[in-house]
Amino acid sequence: MVVPSRPRFDPFFRDPEHPVKPSAPGAVVILVILIVLSLAAVAPLYWMFATSLTPSALTVKFPPELVPSAPTLRNYQEVLAQPNFLRWVLNSLVQAVSVTLVTVATASMAGYALAKLPFRGSKSLFWLLILSMMLPFEAILVPLFLVVTRLGLVDTYLGLILPLLVSPFSIFLMKQFIGTLPTELLDAARVDGASEPRVFWDIVLPLVRPGLAFLGIITFVAQWNSFVWPLVVTRSSSMRTLQVGLVLIREQEPLFYGLHMAAAVLAAIPVVVIFFAFQKYFLRGVTVGALKG
Amino acid sequence: MAFVAPQTVLFLLFFLAPVAIAFALAFMDVRPNRMTFIGLRNFQRVLNDPLFGKALVNTGIFTGVVVFFWLAKALLIAYLLDPMNRTLQTFFKSAFYLPAVTSSIIISLVWAWIYHPTFGLLNAFTSTFGAKPVAWLGNTDTALPALMAMQVIMGGGSSIVLLSAALARIPRDLYEVAVIDGAKRPTIFMRVILPLIRPTLLYLVVTGTVNTFQVFESVYVMTQGGPQFATTTVVYRIYQEAFQRFNLGLASAQAIVLFLLTFVMAAIQFRFLGQNVEY
Repeated sequence: MVVPSRPRFDPFFRDPEHPVKPSAPGAVVILVILIVLSLAAVAPLYWMFATSLTPSALTVKFPPELVPSAPTLRNYQEVLAQPNFLRWVLNSLVQAVSVTLVTVATASMAGYALAKLPFRGSKSLFWLLILSMMLPFEAILVPLFLVVTRLGLVDTYLGLILPLLVSPFSIFLMKQFIGTLPTELLDAARVDGASEPRVFWDIVLPLVRPGLAFLGIITFVAQWNSFVWPLVVTRSSSMRTLQVGLVLIREQEPLFYGLHMAAAVLAAIPVVVIFFAFQKYFLRGVTVGALKG
Repeated sequence: MAFVAPQTVLFLLFFLAPVAIAFALAFMDVRPNRMTFIGLRNFQRVLNDPLFGKALVNTGIFTGVVVFFWLAKALLIAYLLDPMNRTLQTFFKSAFYLPAVTSSIIISLVWAWIYHPTFGLLNAFTSTFGAKPVAWLGNTDTALPALMAMQVIMGGGSSIVLLSAALARIPRDLYEVAVIDGAKRPTIFMRVILPLIRPTLLYLVVTGTVNTFQVFESVYVMTQGGPQFATTTVVYRIYQEAFQRFNLGLASAQAIVLFLLTFVMAAIQFRFLGQNVEY
């Protein structure tokens, strides 16, 4: 019997092992559709970058220059010279880093308890979790603001950060990850006399490191990008975060489009770098899904 | 339980307490110095508020159109990518994912610039076909469609990844059996692929609807609800009532209506799409 040799290279980028492979013309049609749709999604990002390099006098010109004829970093200099711009960057960093660290720590603890330590009421706690995952943050925005006002935390880092630490989604995610670990392994450690904190620290955490990394990355990106809560809970210019600052810059300088775009590029750089650095985490398709916002 | 303590305390303080307060406030007239119980009067006002009705209609249209096209686009792309090799898949998945890691504020700022009535890229593009410039965001007929188009064009990154993973999990023998039976591509898609990725589709429809219904940032940045309330959405309306007019009782009643609607929509979708699906 002749074993059909597999082509090692396909000029049309097809998967040679796929059971319903498209024909060569079919593959060309697929490529054309993919290119058109992806260009539509990426072109606005290119346009942001191109405008950010265009001197303001040339942005108010019709038709616009698709490639800047006199590229300049002037807009970036002016963004950095905006009062408080660096402070906004710092505030966003403080928010994103602290929320990420606390979320990963507390959600993995809670996820461990829910997955491996059945206790009284853990079932109902789990259903409460699912229910609260469905409740949109926007629906509790007003009363949350009142709670934070009552605690005297409006316009403070604590007021900004504390409410964002509640994350049913993260607990759920960590419960899923930890649930896959073999219980016998944990029991063996317990028989050897390990306490629960020890089991958690020495056995559970090292084994779910990819899960922790995944949760940390998506939390950081979501926090860096968050807008509604920082908008309502901060008042003074020096307490604003970067996303809120972007809108403020536009309000102050409504006609300097290159300036808006330069600020937007600076705000996008961290998440774009994170995306490419941890691409495999984003593209793996963890089935609990990724939430935005 | 010491392990659940930190999240439980946070949850009680910053989630359960606010929800309880929202329910209490919805029945109160809230003034800076005192609160009075007024029964269902806030809900009456919500239901009689033509602007809230308008916001509901706008948000309903926005959500229906965006979720449908966004999911159709994601499914098309995931399906087209499935028989392609890894390199190509990674390349295009990254391209489609990139707008999803960029914040909605950034996306909205860029598109406000693209839609600019005098210097915008879109009018430059349409003028090459001889079209007159349009104030895309300043026109009651085009403002909401402009926001929806932006959402569909930029959206879909994470759903493509999830659908693609679901497609890759379909056992290869099922395809082979279908091919031996003489099934053509459309039949394979309808009879083999769709039933098997239904759990993922259900998940995406439910989370997509719930999240899209909360649309706020693009409205805040691009149109402020205008022109003539053509883009006023439910969350934007709540934001205005609570943080611009400080009408906290009314805003709480509106928020509860939003919460109940979200909940009912998710429940209906589970009921109709979720048969035989384990979640």
